[in-house]
Amino acid sequence: MKRSILILLKTLTWVACLWPFALLIYGAVNNNLGPDPTAKITFATGSTTLNLLTITLAITPVRRLSPRLNWLIKFRRLLGLFAFFYATLHLLTYVALYAGFDINTMLADVEKRRFITVGVIAWLLLLPLAATSTNWAIRTLGGKRWGWLHKLVYVAAVCGIIHYWWQVKPGVLSPMSNTLILAVLLAARPAWDLWQKWVKGKKPVTQAAGG
Amino acid sequence: MLIAKPADIASSEITSRSGYEWYMNRRKFLRGAISGAAVAGAAALGAERLAELVSPSIAAHAETKLETVKSPLTTTGETLTSFEDITHYNNFYEFGVQKGDPAQNAGGLPTRPWTVRVDGKVKAPKTFDIDALLKLRPLEDRVYRHRCVEAWSMVIPWVGYSLSEFIKQCDPLPSAKYVQFLSYYNGKVEKWASESTINWPYSEGLRMDEAMHPLTLLTFGLYGEVLPNQDGAPVRIVIPWKYGFKSAKSIVTVRFLDKQPATTWNDMASNEYGFYSNVNPDVDHPRWSQKTERRIGLPFYAQRKATLMFNGYGDQVASLYNGMNLKRYY
Repeated sequence: MKRSILILLKTLTWVACLWPFALLIYGAVNNNLGPDPTAKITFATGSTTLNLLTITLAITPVRRLSPRLNWLIKFRRLLGLFAFFYATLHLLTYVALYAGFDINTMLADVEKRRFITVGVIAWLLLLPLAATSTNWAIRTLGGKRWGWLHKLVYVAAVCGIIHYWWQVKPGVLSPMSNTLILAVLLAARPAWDLWQKWVKGKKPVTQAAGG
Repeated sequence: MLIAKPADIASSEITSRSGYEWYMNRRKFLRGAISGAAVAGAAALGAERLAELVSPSIAAHAETKLETVKSPLTTTGETLTSFEDITHYNNFYEFGVQKGDPAQNAGGLPTRPWTVRVDGKVKAPKTFDIDALLKLRPLEDRVYRHRCVEAWSMVIPWVGYSLSEFIKQCDPLPSAKYVQFLSYYNGKVEKWASESTINWPYSEGLRMDEAMHPLTLLTFGLYGEVLPNQDGAPVRIVIPWKYGFKSAKSIVTVRFLDKQPATTWNDMASNEYGFYSNVNPDVDHPRWSQKTERRIGLPFYAQRKATLMFNGYGDQVASLYNGMNLKRYY
C-alpha cells in the first residue's frame, strides 16, 4: 500500500474516532445534549467503547479473508487505544456525575451493584493492554508474551457486553445486536482454525484455541 | 374532598411565571423546529394533511387547548420541565425502548373513539366514553413532581381531576380493596412492543385508599392541552409520590379487586419493582442507588438533586403507610 494512502486512511480514522467525542464536547458547551445529558454522555461513551472494541476484534477475521487485506492490522492499535479512551471517559462520567467523586459511594457501588463491578473489571482489563500498546512494550515482552496478554481483550469485550445487559431493565433487548455481532467475531477465530486444519487435510485433533 | 371552585379568571388568562416560561419554551421549541426542519416540516405537514383527508380524527387530538381551573393541590416552588422534554423523553415501551421512540412512533395510537371499561367488584360493569370523562369534573391544572425509578425526574403541569371523583361514579362494592389499571395494547399499532419481553397489556394497580387519595390524578392533559400520544393519551393516571411506572398510560380498563393485582414491572423483576413503589431515598434499587436523581432539562453538571421521601408529598401521604415496613413493601 502506498504510504500516502496509508497516511490518508489513518487521518480519516483519527477523525472518525474523535467525532463522537467532538459531538459530546459541542453538546456540553451548548447544553445541547438532550433532556438527560448525564444519561446521554454515559450512553454515548459506553456504546462507542463497545463499538470500537467490536471493530478491533473484526480486524483479524476480515484481513484473513484475503492477503491483500493485511494492511488492516496497522489500524488495530489505533482503534484499540481509542476504545480505551472512550472506556476511560465512560468511567470518568460515572466517577464525576454519578458518584460525585465520593470514594465511599464508589466502593459501595463496586461492591453492591454487579453491573458496575463487571464494568470496572472490563476497564481494568483494558488498562494493561493500553499500557503495553507501544512498540517498545511489544519488543520488550516479545511477540509471544505480548500476544497472550492481549488475548485479555476478548474477556474485556465479554465483560462489556455483560455490563450492558446487567444495566438495562429486565426484558429490554437493546444489547442484543452488539451481543450477536461479538459472538460471531469471537466464534470466527476458532472457526478459522478449524477451517485451516480441514483445508490442509488434517482432521481437527483438539478443540482449536482462539487466535 | 376537593374544595376547588371555578376561578373568576380562568387560569389560562393569567401569565404566571411558569406560564411565561412555558410560553418562552414553546417559542424556542417552535423556532428550533421551524428553522431546523423547514423542509421536513413541510413534508410532514403535507403528510398529516393527507392523513386527515383520508381518515379525519373525530374529536380532540394533541395540541387542543383544554379549559382548566386552578387547583389547591398543585405543587409550587419548582421550575417546570419544558414541553419539549416532557414530550420527547418517554418510557412507553409499546412504542420502542429508547427514550425518543414514543415521540416518533406513537402517532398511530387511536385516541378516538376511546372508552374506559369499569368492571370487577362494582355494583354493575360500566363503560365510559372519553368525552363523558372529560366533562365529569372541572379540569384542574396540577403541577406534580414526576420521579422515574431510573433516577431521573421532571416537574410536569398535568391537567385532570382526582381519580376519587371517577371512582365514585364506578360504584365499587365494599369488597373492593384494590384497583387495577389496564392500558391499551394492539400489536399492529404498537409494532415495537417486541423490543422487550414484556407480557402486554401493561398492568398497574393501587390500594383503594391510595386510589381515593386526592393527589391521585385522572389525567387528560399537560401544559393546558390534550395529552400528546407519547405521554399516555387520551387518559392516564398520575400518582406523584410513587415511581413513574405506577402512573399507567392510555387506560382502557379499570378493575376493582379484593386481592392485590399483578403489575407489569413486578412480573418482570419482582426483586426490583414492588407493588407500592413509593419514592424513597432510603430504599435502593438493587442495581442503583435512589438517594439522588437527575433533573431533566438541566446541564450535565447541575442535574443532581437529592431524592425526597415520597417525592416530597410525605405531608399528604405518609399516613397511608403508618406502621408499614417500607423496606419490605417497596
